[in-house]
Amino acid sequence: MTALLLAVFGLALIGWLAGHARALAFTASRGVLPRQQGWYVAVWTGLPALALLLCWAMMRPADEITLPAMLALLLALVGGGLAFARLRPGFAAGKRVERIVVAALFAASMVAIVTTAGILLSLLWEGGRFFAIVPAGEFLFGTHWSPQTIEGGDPTAGMGALPLFWGSFFIGAVIAMGVAVPLGLLSAIYLSHYAAPRTRRWAKPALEVLAGIPTVVYGYLAAVTVAPAIRDLGVALGIGAASSESALAAGLVMGVMIIPFVSSTADDALSAVPRTLAEASLALGATPSETVRHVLLPTALPGIAGGVLLAVSRAVGETMIVVMAASSVATISANPFAPATTVTRQIVDLLTGEATFDSAKTLAAFALGLVLFLLTLFLNFVALAAMRRRGAARA
Amino acid sequence: MTAGTKMTVRDVSVWYGAKPALSNVSLDIEREEVIALIGPSGCGKSTLLRTLNRLNDSVAGARVQGLVTLDGEDVYAPATDPVALRARVGMVFQAPNPFPKTIRENVAYGLRIHGLARGRADLDAQVERALTRAGLWAEVRDRLGDPALSLSGGQQQRLCIARALAVEPEVILMDEPCSALDPIGTARIEELIGDLRGRYAICIVTHNMQQAARVSQRTAFFDAGRLIEYGATSELFTNPRETRTRDYITGRYG
Ligand SMILES: Nc1ncnc2c1ncn2[C@@H]1O[C@H](COP(=O)(O)OP(=O)(O)OP(=O)(O)O)[C@@H](O)[C@H]1O
Ligand SMILES: [Mg+2]
Repeated sequence: MTALLLAVFGLALIGWLAGHARALAFTASRGVLPRQQGWYVAVWTGLPALALLLCWAMMRPADEITLPAMLALLLALVGGGLAFARLRPGFAAGKRVERIVVAALFAASMVAIVTTAGILLSLLWEGGRFFAIVPAGEFLFGTHWSPQTIEGGDPTAGMGALPLFWGSFFIGAVIAMGVAVPLGLLSAIYLSHYAAPRTRRWAKPALEVLAGIPTVVYGYLAAVTVAPAIRDLGVALGIGAASSESALAAGLVMGVMIIPFVSSTADDALSAVPRTLAEASLALGATPSETVRHVLLPTALPGIAGGVLLAVSRAVGETMIVVMAASSVATISANPFAPATTVTRQIVDLLTGEATFDSAKTLAAFALGLVLFLLTLFLNFVALAAMRRRGAARA
Repeated sequence: MTAGTKMTVRDVSVWYGAKPALSNVSLDIEREEVIALIGPSGCGKSTLLRTLNRLNDSVAGARVQGLVTLDGEDVYAPATDPVALRARVGMVFQAPNPFPKTIRENVAYGLRIHGLARGRADLDAQVERALTRAGLWAEVRDRLGDPALSLSGGQQQRLCIARALAVEPEVILMDEPCSALDPIGTARIEELIGDLRGRYAICIVTHNMQQAARVSQRTAFFDAGRLIEYGATSELFTNPRETRTRDYITGRYG
């Protein structure tokens, strides 16, 4: 196979040289370069052959090689030959090569989109199979979750995922945002309107380093340091349910992790408020803090809200911290010291057992993933709409 | 300081970083007069205005030397609160900059900040008075709850004037208040300045010589950060002492 690829590239090189040499023989014509004629022949030699080989490799991996090899080499020769035959003085090869380049760029950009669509389709497919077994209402609103113990019995029992959604919401949207929103917002206000340029120069990157710390580091920080401390605190306060797998531990650490997301979007939104608005307020005799509260924050609010929603969507999808610090037992409780679990944690638990890849258990993971995906998609959509509205309001 | 002097500027120099923007400027702002600041772009007119209400305090690297007084008190004395100062020295900016709030809330802003209104009815009355003085009441009385940004540019600028008037300042600084307006809007603002004269000391920056001649009693001509000539408007426009002034007002500058 390698030799075959080398051969195709070799032919393309020969095509380039031939096209180039042929074009050199023409009298020079404005806007037509020999180099472009060379590329034209090379592309027509190489691309069809490579495309054929790629298709072949995808459809029948490596059992028969002679036939495709012959076909590819033939295609390279025919393609190159035809292209070569088309060369004339003044032939606009450059424009044609450009068109191929554009097509290649388009194909590259489609990879991400097609992948997303593919993931969504597979989630929908597997999720659909799950919902054929377990009714959606039971899954979304049932409160009893114990998928690990149903083998053989009624597959719909123990498939109530509400405690999971509650846990994700409680840890990611309530506790984590309780930490990240105030701290992120206050630091954004400080950085954008109070800090001296010198302070801003080091403090802003320092804050953004928080976003670069691998989540597994936050995970063991939560599991090893924060969780025991929270449990001890809960015990000291006389809270019976105090656990070392508390919602509070995971939520607090997740909140710290999210601070830079909130602060950098809030900073952008606050910095985008026209300077003359702040000056108008100051010139009326408002103090800087009154100016922040009454003019800057309200004006920047759509952008800030959008940033917070993006942060929520990130927190709800966060996995590593909850795998390491949250509980695997699903209960619904608003007590932050009590154990809690999340959707992401349960997906990991479902797929890391010795399950066959077809059981209701595995399909449940896909269903959870589907719901999570739709939820974050919705959050991101609303967030971007809010941020766009900010742009429109200023224009 | 004469009895009629509201603010004095003595040997004031201003720098942005190492760059001088004003050098040794001295002039008086009279209680019942309009003073016009004229001069080529970049000569330091806005800088002088922002020095008078200490708005340049919030500009990193800006530095002021010299004496500025308001009613005889040093504006830059350590004991002077810039926030209190700005409540007495109002400002209208070059481009209309209403807050993205309702018309009513724009005018009420300063009243609320300074706790100047006793109850809703009093607030409404003061808002109406400020809008009336700014010559905008008749146009907006039925739409006080509309967003300020739904007004035309000229209306927005008068709203900004009303916003500044609402807190009852003693001095009003206007930085090219008509530069974004059409001739009709400009005429209205000029008329308004005439009405406000006497009640407030007014200092206006303008690039329009006719405007300076129409609205002001005194004119100060600046060039490259220096005060070149300062005197009665009628004198300065008909019989300038300096050739540079003459060249500028007759359009032969440059
Ligand atoms: N924030 C600032 N930082 C640095 N330099 C500044 C700043 N503001 C003004 N300057 C400089 O100070 C000088 C005076 O500026 P100023 O804005 O006072 O001029 P102006 O007379 O109001 O001009 P214009 O008629 O164009 O408004 C200019 O050279 C300007 O570049
Ligand atoms: Mg200016």
